[in-house]
Amino acid sequence: MSIVKQVNPVAAAELFIIQDHVHEPMHDRFLWGTMQRRNQQAAAIPEWEELRELASKIKEHTLTHLDLYLEEFERNATKRGAHIHWALDASEHNQIVYSILYDHGVKELIKSKSMLQEECQMTPFLEKRGIKVVESDLGERIQQLDGQPPSHIVFPAIHKTRQDVAKLFARTIGTDPNNDDPHFLTEVVRNNARPRFLAAGAGMTGGNFAIAETGTFMVCTNEGNADIGASVPPLHIASIGIEKMIPRVEDMGVFLRLLARSAEGAPLTQYSSHFSGPRKNGELHIVLVDNGRSRRLGMPDFWHSLKCIRCGACMNTCPVYRRSGGLSYGATYSGPIGVILDPTFDEFKYSELPFHSTLCGSCSEVCPVKIDISDQILKWRRVMAEKGYLPLVKKLSFSVAGHVFGHPEEYQTLQKAAGPAMDHAPHFLLYNNSLNPWTRDRELPRVAKQTFREWYLANRSEHGNVQN
Amino acid sequence: MATQTEATSRRDIPESMRVGLFIPCYIDMTYPEVGVATLQLLERFGLNVGYPLTQTCCGQPMSNSGDEHNAEAAEQLFVDNFKDFDCIVGPAGSCVKQVRCHFDRMKQTDEVKHVRRHTYELVEFLHDILKVDAFPWAEFQHAVAIHNSCSSVRGLGIAKPSEIVGVPFDKTASLLSKVKGLVLVPVDRPDDCCGFGGTFCVTDEAVSARMGLEKAHDQVRHGAEYVVSPDMSCLMHQQGVARRAGLDLKYVHVAQVLNGGPF
Repeated sequence: MSIVKQVNPVAAAELFIIQDHVHEPMHDRFLWGTMQRRNQQAAAIPEWEELRELASKIKEHTLTHLDLYLEEFERNATKRGAHIHWALDASEHNQIVYSILYDHGVKELIKSKSMLQEECQMTPFLEKRGIKVVESDLGERIQQLDGQPPSHIVFPAIHKTRQDVAKLFARTIGTDPNNDDPHFLTEVVRNNARPRFLAAGAGMTGGNFAIAETGTFMVCTNEGNADIGASVPPLHIASIGIEKMIPRVEDMGVFLRLLARSAEGAPLTQYSSHFSGPRKNGELHIVLVDNGRSRRLGMPDFWHSLKCIRCGACMNTCPVYRRSGGLSYGATYSGPIGVILDPTFDEFKYSELPFHSTLCGSCSEVCPVKIDISDQILKWRRVMAEKGYLPLVKKLSFSVAGHVFGHPEEYQTLQKAAGPAMDHAPHFLLYNNSLNPWTRDRELPRVAKQTFREWYLANRSEHGNVQN
Repeated sequence: MATQTEATSRRDIPESMRVGLFIPCYIDMTYPEVGVATLQLLERFGLNVGYPLTQTCCGQPMSNSGDEHNAEAAEQLFVDNFKDFDCIVGPAGSCVKQVRCHFDRMKQTDEVKHVRRHTYELVEFLHDILKVDAFPWAEFQHAVAIHNSCSSVRGLGIAKPSEIVGVPFDKTASLLSKVKGLVLVPVDRPDDCCGFGGTFCVTDEAVSARMGLEKAHDQVRHGAEYVVSPDMSCLMHQQGVARRAGLDLKYVHVAQVLNGGPF
C-alpha cells in the first residue's frame, strides 16, 4: 500500500517566488492584466450580473434534475449516432477509452485539452499500454514535452517564460535555444504537431457543455486544435463530466457570453464548435464520467462547486494563486476552484489547500456561475479541523487561546505578562513561540505601553460608563 | 468630559440609543490610540457609548482556521458582553465580519441574532447609520491611499468590489473626502488583497510578504504619504513589510484621521 503524503503548497509557492526575480512577477502581471481585460469586458455588458445569476440558476436547476437531463442527452445523442458510455470513476473511464482504441487498432492518439482526462490520469494509463498520446493545445503540448501537468486550467504553461519554452524546445525538438521569438516558437510546435494529426488513429476532446435536448456537445478553443483532432482521424472520443449538462441550446446564449469574457477577457473563444453525432464514415464515442461527482452532489456545503464551467477567472483574480504558480497546489485543479474541488478526491492529501488562501473573497465575486468559493474554502477548513488535520502548532495554540479568550480574567493576566516581557505584539496575538515567520520579511509592531482598557479605566470610568 | 455634541450630521438617532464599543484584542494591545480615536469620535456625536471591560476577542483566529470548537467560548463571551446594547461598533472590518457572518455555528438565540444584526464596522456606522456629512474638527494635510480590507469590501460592502459590475462607491473615501486638506491618491490595485489574512501571514509567509510588498510599492508609486484603512490588522502587516523594505509610508486608522488623532 502506498502512503499518501499531504501536498505542501506553502513550500512549493515559496520556491516559485524565490527562484528568481522573473517568473513570479511575470506570472502575477499577466494574470492581473487578464483580470483587467475581464473587468472591461464584463463592464461593457450592462446585464452582466443578471447573466451570472441566470447561469447560476440554470446550473442549479440542471444539477438538481441531473438524472433526467443525462438520460435525455443519452437518448438524443444515440439518435444522432453517437455511442454513449458511462464511467463510474477514473479507472472505468480509462478502461473504456483504451477498449475503444484497442478495438480500432489505434496506436497513436491526438488530443485537445481536457481537465477531466487530466483528472483521470488518462495519458500515463494509455502510454503504459503502448498508445502514443500527443497533446495538440499549445500550452498543453509545452507541458507534455516538459513532463509537467498543466498549471492553469485555461493557460496550462503560464508559469513559464518564453525563454523557458525556447530552452525546452531546444532540448526536446532540437531548435535554437536562444531563439525565443513567440512566432518562431509557435511555428515550431505547429510543424511538430501537424504530422501527428495525420498519423493519429483517433482524436480525443473534452466537452465544455453537453446539451440535453439535442444530444450535442460544445468544445471551446482558441487554436482550433480540437476541431482538427475531431475531424481528421476517423474516430472521435469525447470525455465529458456529468456536471456539464445544459438543458437547452438557447441556454448557451448565457454561458458563451460569460465563458470567454471571464476566462481571458475576450468576447468569445476563437472556436466554439458544436458536435452533433459522428461525421460521415466516422465514429463518435462519448464517455460520461462521474468520478466522485454524484457523491459531491450529495454534499450540502460543497455541491455548488459542480456549477463550475472551468473558466479560470478565480485563478486569475486570486492574489495567492498569482504569487504561487499553479503547480504548487500539487493537484489536478489549482487556485481557488482547486482548493474546493481537490479535497473531494482525497481529504487528507489536500488538507493543506484550504489554508493556502487569505479568504479575500474575490473568487466568489468573479465567478460567472456564482459559486460561493470563498465560503466553501472556510467550510473545508472546518472539515479539516474536525478531522484533526490542522497543523499541530495551530491545534495547541488554538486550544490555549480558545480557553483564554473565553475567560476575561485570564486574558487580562496574560496581557499584563505578555506586554512588558515580550514587547512585541504578534508573539502573543499568534499564540506561537516562533517569531521567525513574521520577521523574515517584516518588522514587528510594538506593544503599547498602556492597553486601551487601561486607558479607558484611567480616563472614562469616572463618568460612570463602565460596563461589567 | 470629552463628550460634546459638536457634530453635524443628518442622523435620526434616538437619544436613548446605547452603543457598545467593540475594541478587538490586537487594537487593545497594540494600537490603543485607535480605540481612543474611535471612542472620542463616537462621543462627538453625543452617543451614549459603553465599553464592556470583560471583552477579549471575537474568536476570529480560531474560526478563520476552521476551529469552531475553540472559537465557541470567545464567541459566547462576545454575545454576553454586547447583548444589551442597541448597536455595537468596532473599528475593525474583519472582526465585525466575523461577528456578523461567522457567528453562524452557535445556537441562533434571539440574543445572538440581535448582536449579529446590530454589529457595525466604524465606517459603515458613520456612513449608513449616523449619515455624517462633516468632520469640522478634522484636518489632515497629506496625500492618502485608502486600503479597504477584503473583509470590509467583500464581506461588509463598504466599497464596490472591482470584480462586480455596477456603479462604483467607496464609503471610506466618501468620509475621508470631508476632511480638510486631505488628498486621496488612487492606486493601481485598490482592492487586491494585501496578504495579511490572519494566521495566513505567518503560515504562508513568503506569499503574504510578497503581496504586502506589492501593495506598498503601489502606494509609494502613486505618491501616498499615508495609508489609511478601517482595518488596522492589514496595516500591521503592510507597515511591517514597508519598514523592512525601507519605504517611507505611514499607516493610520481611519478613526484617527476622522477624529483628528491621537496618532
